[in-house]
Amino acid sequence: MNGHLITISNLFKHFPMGKGHFTALKDISLNFDEGEFTGIVGPSGSGKTTLLNIIGSLDSPSEGSAVVMGQDIATLTLKAAARLRKRHLGFIFQTYNLLPVYNVFENVEFPLLLLRMSAYERKKAVMHALEWVGLGDKTGSRPKQLSGGECQRVAIARAIVKKPAIVLADEPTANLDAANSHHILKTMSTLNRELKTTFIFATHDDKVIQYLKRKITLEDGKVAKDEMTAGS
Amino acid sequence: MIRFLIKGLFRDRHRSLFPVITVTVGVTITVVLHCWITGVMGDFIDFNARFTTGHVKVVTRAYAENLEQRPIDLALLDTKAIVDSLKEQWPGYDWVQRIGFGGILDAPDSLGETRAQGPAMGFGIDLLSPETDEIGRMGIRDGLASGKLPERPGDILISDQFAHHLGVGPGDRVTLLTSTMYGAMAMQNFTIAGTVNFGIELMDRGAMIADLSDMQATLDMQDAAGEILGIAKNHRYQETVLAQMSDAFNKQWTDPEDEFSAVMLPLYEQNNLKSLIEYTSGMIGLMIFVFVLAMCVVLWNAGLIGGLRRYGEIGVRLAIGENKGHLYRAMILESVAIGICGTIAGTAIGLGLSWLLQTYGINVGDVMKNATMMIPDTFRADITPPAYFIGFIPGLFATVVGTSLSGIGIYRRQTASLFKELEA
Repeated sequence: MNGHLITISNLFKHFPMGKGHFTALKDISLNFDEGEFTGIVGPSGSGKTTLLNIIGSLDSPSEGSAVVMGQDIATLTLKAAARLRKRHLGFIFQTYNLLPVYNVFENVEFPLLLLRMSAYERKKAVMHALEWVGLGDKTGSRPKQLSGGECQRVAIARAIVKKPAIVLADEPTANLDAANSHHILKTMSTLNRELKTTFIFATHDDKVIQYLKRKITLEDGKVAKDEMTAGS
Repeated sequence: MIRFLIKGLFRDRHRSLFPVITVTVGVTITVVLHCWITGVMGDFIDFNARFTTGHVKVVTRAYAENLEQRPIDLALLDTKAIVDSLKEQWPGYDWVQRIGFGGILDAPDSLGETRAQGPAMGFGIDLLSPETDEIGRMGIRDGLASGKLPERPGDILISDQFAHHLGVGPGDRVTLLTSTMYGAMAMQNFTIAGTVNFGIELMDRGAMIADLSDMQATLDMQDAAGEILGIAKNHRYQETVLAQMSDAFNKQWTDPEDEFSAVMLPLYEQNNLKSLIEYTSGMIGLMIFVFVLAMCVVLWNAGLIGGLRRYGEIGVRLAIGENKGHLYRAMILESVAIGICGTIAGTAIGLGLSWLLQTYGINVGDVMKNATMMIPDTFRADITPPAYFIGFIPGLFATVVGTSLSGIGIYRRQTASLFKELEA
C-alpha cells in the first residue's frame, strides 16, 4: 500500500455499445484515505455508479488501475473480489435490500456468518451495530414491520457490523423523506467520526452533499472538480 | 450458516412449501405405483404358480412342447419316484402332482337324459390325502360358495358360475365325458360336493376339480400325472434359484433322445411369463425414470421462479461478499433439505395409500370377464422393503438436479450490474 486506502490511476471504463463502445469513465485519478466522508456527485450518466462499482470490486477497469486496500481490482479473481468485499467493504443501497424472511438481528448478522465468527462474537457485534443506528429494540422485527428510515438504518448496521474499512453507498437517501435523510446522514457521520470508516457516496441529493467532507464532481465520466467542503 | 439458511427456507413458504409439495406428490405417486406394480406382479406370479405353472414344473419333454394343450397322452409316468426324489433334493418346495384335462360335464334329468352340458376345464389335484395343502393353495376353502369340501372318492367341486349354468348344486350327480391317457373314451359319474368362487374369471367360467386318484383311475393314469408342480414354501419368486434348480434337474433327468424323459421348466419359461416379467420390471424402471425427469423439469422451473423471486436476495448476498460457489452450494443444500422433507412426507403418504391398496385391493373382475390368462379378480399392492426408500431416488435426485440446473443462473449474474439491479 502507498498510504492511501484507495488509489485510482488513469482509469478508463468502456462498455460495448453496438459495434463500438461507450466510455463511462475517462482518465480518472483519485486517492481516498481512511476516515473520509466523500461524495461522488454529478448528473445521471456521469459515471458515479460505475466508479462505485469498480471501487467495490463489483466491476473492473478497462484501462488504468484501481487499488483498494492494497489489492489491484483489475487482477482480482471473482473469488478474491468476493473476499475483498466480504472482509473490507460494506454496501448501502438506495432500496435497502434487506432479506425479508429474516428479522433485523438476522439481517445484520448475515455478513458475520460469511466471516465465520462465533455466535457470541456475532451477537455482540450485531447488538453494537444496532445500538449505533438506534435500533437496539427492534431486533426481532421483520423488514416489513419497519419504516423506510428504519430499514435504511438496518442496512447501515449491516454495512458497518463487520467494521469495514470502506462503506459504499449508492443514493442512500433517495427513498427517504427529509427528516429520515438527515437522521441517516447524522448516523453515518457519527460512525465515520467514531469508527474512522471511510464513507463514499454516489449521490446528487443536496441533503447528502451538505454533510460531505469532500465532494468529487463527475461530468461525462471525467473529474470536473475535487474539493473539500464546509462539512469537513 | 446452515441453521441460518434452513431458518430462511422454512420461513419462506414459496421457497419451501411449493417444492416440498411437488416432491411429496411425486414421491407419493412413485411409492404407490411401485407397491401397486410389485403387488400386481406378485399376485400374478403367485396365482400362476399356485394354479398352473408352479415355481417350477416337471413334465415330459413332449408335454413341454405342447404345454398349452395339457396333453395327458404325453404325461409323466412313475411319478411317485420322481416326487420322492424331488422332495429329497429340494425340501423347500411343495411337490404336487396335477392332471389337467378337458371334457364335457353333463347334468342329467330325473330320467338320466342330458338336461344341460358344458365344457369343463378340469384339474385333478390331491384333495383327499391327509397331508395335502392343495385345498388351501387353490383358495378353495375361502371360495366355497355352497356345499362342502370333497370328503370321499367321487366327490368333485365345480365353479359356482358353472353350476348355475348347468342348473346343478351340491349333492347332484354329473357325468364327465373325456378321453383317457391312451385316447379311449371315458365316462365317469361324480357327485358335486360343493361349488366354488375361485376369483379367477377363467376358472369361474367352467372349472371342475376332482381328486387326483379319481382322475388317475378315470383317465387310466396309474402312477402318472400330467405335471408335477414345485411351489416354494416361502412363496418367493427367485429367478436365479429357479434357473439353478432347473439346470440341476435337467442334467440328471433329461435325455435328449427320449421325448418322454422328464424336464423341469421354471415359471418364467412358461406361458410367455418371462417377457411379461421383464416388461413389468422395465415398466417400473421407466416409470421411475419418467418421474425423475418430470420432477426435475418441474423443480427446475420452480427453481427458476424462486430465482426470480430471490433475485434481490441473491444480489445482496453477492454484493456483501458471498462467492458464487458458496451461494450455489447453499442452494443445493436447501434443495437437499427440501428433498428429504418431501421424500419423507411422500413416502409416508405413499405407504399409507399402498397399505389401503394392499388391504382392500381393487376388484377388476368385470374388466377381466373374457380373459384367457390366469389373472386374479382382485389386485392388491404389496409393500416390500424397497418401497421404504425408492422415493428417495426421485425425491432427492430430482430436487438436487432441478436446483443445480436453475442455480446455474447464479454464475451468469454480472456483479457489475448489481447496484443497478438492486435499485430497480
